Amino acid sequence: MARATEPRRLTPLWHRLPVVHQLRQSVGLQRGMLIAGLSITVLFLLTALLAPLVAPYGFAQLKDADGNFGAQQPPSAEHIWGTTVGGYDVFSRVIWGTQTALAVIIVAVVLSIFAGVLLGLVSGYLGGWLDRVLVVIADAVFAFPTLLLAIVAAIAISGGQSSLWGGVLAAAVSITVVYIPQYFRVIRAETVRIKSEAYVESAKVIGSSTSRIMFRHVLRNATRTLPLIFTLNSSEAILTLAGLGFLGFGIEPTAAAEWGYDLNRSISDVTSGIWWTSVFPGVAIVLVVLGITLVGESLNDLADPRLRTRRRASVTPAPTAEASAVPGGSLDDAVNLDTLEQTDLVDTTESEGLK
Amino acid sequence: MTRVVDISKLEIAFATDAGTVLAVNDVSLCVDAGEVLAIVGESGSGKTVTAKSIIGLLPETAVTRGAIILNDREVIGLTGARLRATRGADAAMVFQEPSTSLNPVFTVGWQIAEGLRAHGKYTRKESRAKAIDMMKKVGIPDAETRVDYYPHQFSGGQKQRIVIAMALVLDPELIIADEPTTALDVTVQAEILDLLRRCRDEFGTAIILITHNMGIVADLADRVAVMFEGTLVEEAGVVELFTAPKHEYTKKLLAAVPRIGSGGARATARTAERVASGTVNTAAPVVVARNLVIEYAGGFGRRSFRAVDGVSFTISPGEVLGLVGESGSGKTTIGRAIGGLTRVTGGSLQVLGHEMLGIKERTFKPVRGDIGFVFQDPASSFNPLLTIAQCVAEPLIVHGRAGDAAAARPRVNELLEAVQLPRGYGDRFPHELSGGQRQRASLARSLALDPTLLIADEPTSALDVSVQARVLELFAELQKQLGFAALFISHDLAVVDMLSDRIAVLYHGRLVEEGTGAEVLGAPQHPYTQRLLASLPVPDPTEQALRREHLHSLQAADLAESA
Repeated sequence: MARATEPRRLTPLWHRLPVVHQLRQSVGLQRGMLIAGLSITVLFLLTALLAPLVAPYGFAQLKDADGNFGAQQPPSAEHIWGTTVGGYDVFSRVIWGTQTALAVIIVAVVLSIFAGVLLGLVSGYLGGWLDRVLVVIADAVFAFPTLLLAIVAAIAISGGQSSLWGGVLAAAVSITVVYIPQYFRVIRAETVRIKSEAYVESAKVIGSSTSRIMFRHVLRNATRTLPLIFTLNSSEAILTLAGLGFLGFGIEPTAAAEWGYDLNRSISDVTSGIWWTSVFPGVAIVLVVLGITLVGESLNDLADPRLRTRRRASVTPAPTAEASAVPGGSLDDAVNLDTLEQTDLVDTTESEGLK
Repeated sequence: MTRVVDISKLEIAFATDAGTVLAVNDVSLCVDAGEVLAIVGESGSGKTVTAKSIIGLLPETAVTRGAIILNDREVIGLTGARLRATRGADAAMVFQEPSTSLNPVFTVGWQIAEGLRAHGKYTRKESRAKAIDMMKKVGIPDAETRVDYYPHQFSGGQKQRIVIAMALVLDPELIIADEPTTALDVTVQAEILDLLRRCRDEFGTAIILITHNMGIVADLADRVAVMFEGTLVEEAGVVELFTAPKHEYTKKLLAAVPRIGSGGARATARTAERVASGTVNTAAPVVVARNLVIEYAGGFGRRSFRAVDGVSFTISPGEVLGLVGESGSGKTTIGRAIGGLTRVTGGSLQVLGHEMLGIKERTFKPVRGDIGFVFQDPASSFNPLLTIAQCVAEPLIVHGRAGDAAAARPRVNELLEAVQLPRGYGDRFPHELSGGQRQRASLARSLALDPTLLIADEPTSALDVSVQARVLELFAELQKQLGFAALFISHDLAVVDMLSDRIAVLYHGRLVEEGTGAEVLGAPQHPYTQRLLASLPVPDPTEQALRREHLHSLQAADLAESA
């Protein structure tokens, strides 16, 4: 590819990166949604990475040089968001909680995405009895409530109350079990569609082996929608973790900060007018879920040419030829019919507009 | 004569991802009552967009400027109820694909009456009577019962008749027919064109006919407007346009149309060459089919479907066999069976010395290197994530002739040059090439391993006429140079005639006629071949009028026979 003989499209590489490309492409409300989602998500990631620097105290810290923090202290200069019923600093707990949330997302997605994609690919491409069995199993798993599974997993892994990784794994495993069928379904559906495309058949008539067709021709084309499910599932992973913590199957406060646990401990505070212990972890959950969902939804809209909004056509536009899909691609003029053929190029751009 | 539509200085621009695109530029047209105006042009020439703007059917991303006067009313800028009032009543539209333009969950009678309900108060009885009346007018037999049928109970041609009935129900002054016969077989096409002609003669409707087929233009149109890249390059009466085209583009377009009888000379020359070199009948044929049967398994409790029924033919080395037939005749199935994509269920099919009945993939794999395959749809025959060079290198890598795409590049460059694509195109992605270029790259890929047999499944049916001419020429040239045997599958008799040494005609899975181009096209024996040949419109208005008469007499004879 290094030896391109004629000037190619000169967009810098970073413009073609997944999210950056969509950001540049978007306009109007969709752009607003994407930017809002991205900023919240980036803020979340930065907080998780820089938690040790941002948080004034440790997540399990009960006292400093001046003695105990005291329980249920209202917001003050020392504790800007107050302290909890257990005597922890709310601000520090919320900040440290981002790390736990991020860990759950990463572990859950890593565990489910590989298994789901592989199973979907094999099942969709090979078909037959294997496909039928896998689809039935996937359907059966769908029937399970996520949270119930998560509770079972939490008990199985660490006997209910758990350490940091025990809790993270419990949440991640339960999410994995539920999400493998989702990835499986999406990839399988795409694979079945792609299987009948002419380029797969042309690979078959060439004599390519089944594994080569699956991994070189089908896999990469089938995984295009993954970023969308990825973002949507990440937000659900956070909700599951918070749900577990709220029900008391989460992570012990001494092992890690976890928003669901803090919410659970603040139930009694709500009635006694102590608002700060519940509002901040709650808002944190809502914001992270909102941010990731906004990114996912707008990526979804932008990926679909029918949903994508575009800048209004200007009344005096540039000449048609300039918008051809192959910039600078002058064809060989040896045969004059070639000039006629160039009209096809215009067609590509036009039909896109019609969609 | 009353003027129905008057378009002046129409400009339409689209907002796309690549910026604003001017699809129609300064087009002025008019249509009178009882007149058929054909708008001709290649894909992307703006012909459909122009016609759709008359009834305000353009997507939101379009900006329209200029004036369109439909029945003394300006259409541009009309919205809501006033736009709806003109649609259907003043101008109606017939779409390209009848199977998707009818709603499958409603009866056809209901759908025909839908236009009535939208434009006034009719009792259920009245609208039903009107629907039956319309179905009779468009020639659907037994309309009283069939008015309650659903779209899937009709054939493709009948569905298109119903779509035309829907368009006619409000008695509009103008019908816009957007490629009304492209999705139909030739014999059905002739009937639909007859129906449209009747609409003009009996109802006095003006028709705007959008098409890329010059034969249809010659058959139906009174006046022709030729569009190229969004501009109107020529407008003339039909006879005048075909006899004395003025614009360069029109001349090229007419020259590119394949005509029956043009390939005869070439085929004779090739046969003579082979006789001279003494290869005729001496070498073993590459493909031998004997009573070939291919069935598709039916679902649970349903009978299996027999797509190919007892077909026998042979292809000798270096020979091009043209396979013609309508959709559903089994021609593609035969091609796929030879390529090992569809299982043979009965009879015998020998490909390069291997019996395909019950063959194992492992045994057949080495043979695949000797078979090239060109697919119909250039849009989907390349993996969109690989460059053209990587796609063309695939067969070389799979059969171990090259380690990776980079090592195969010299050979890939040779191949690209052989199909007259610049080497630099190897670094492009498939979507950056036009349809014709992609089809040439597809040809390059199929020739990568120097196959002895090439199967081309409708390689040009998705291409514009001028592009088609170029690809066919290239095919013929390469065939002559490399001397591979070929099975050329097409629904277009003229295309097959251009390339083939022998022509086989399929009808409902059976081979009805086989012979050289001169035999099959010059003196067809089977009534189906005769009908097929007579249905094919030729790009010459005077000759086409004669052929139409001939077809009518054939049909009358058929009727008399069946009665």
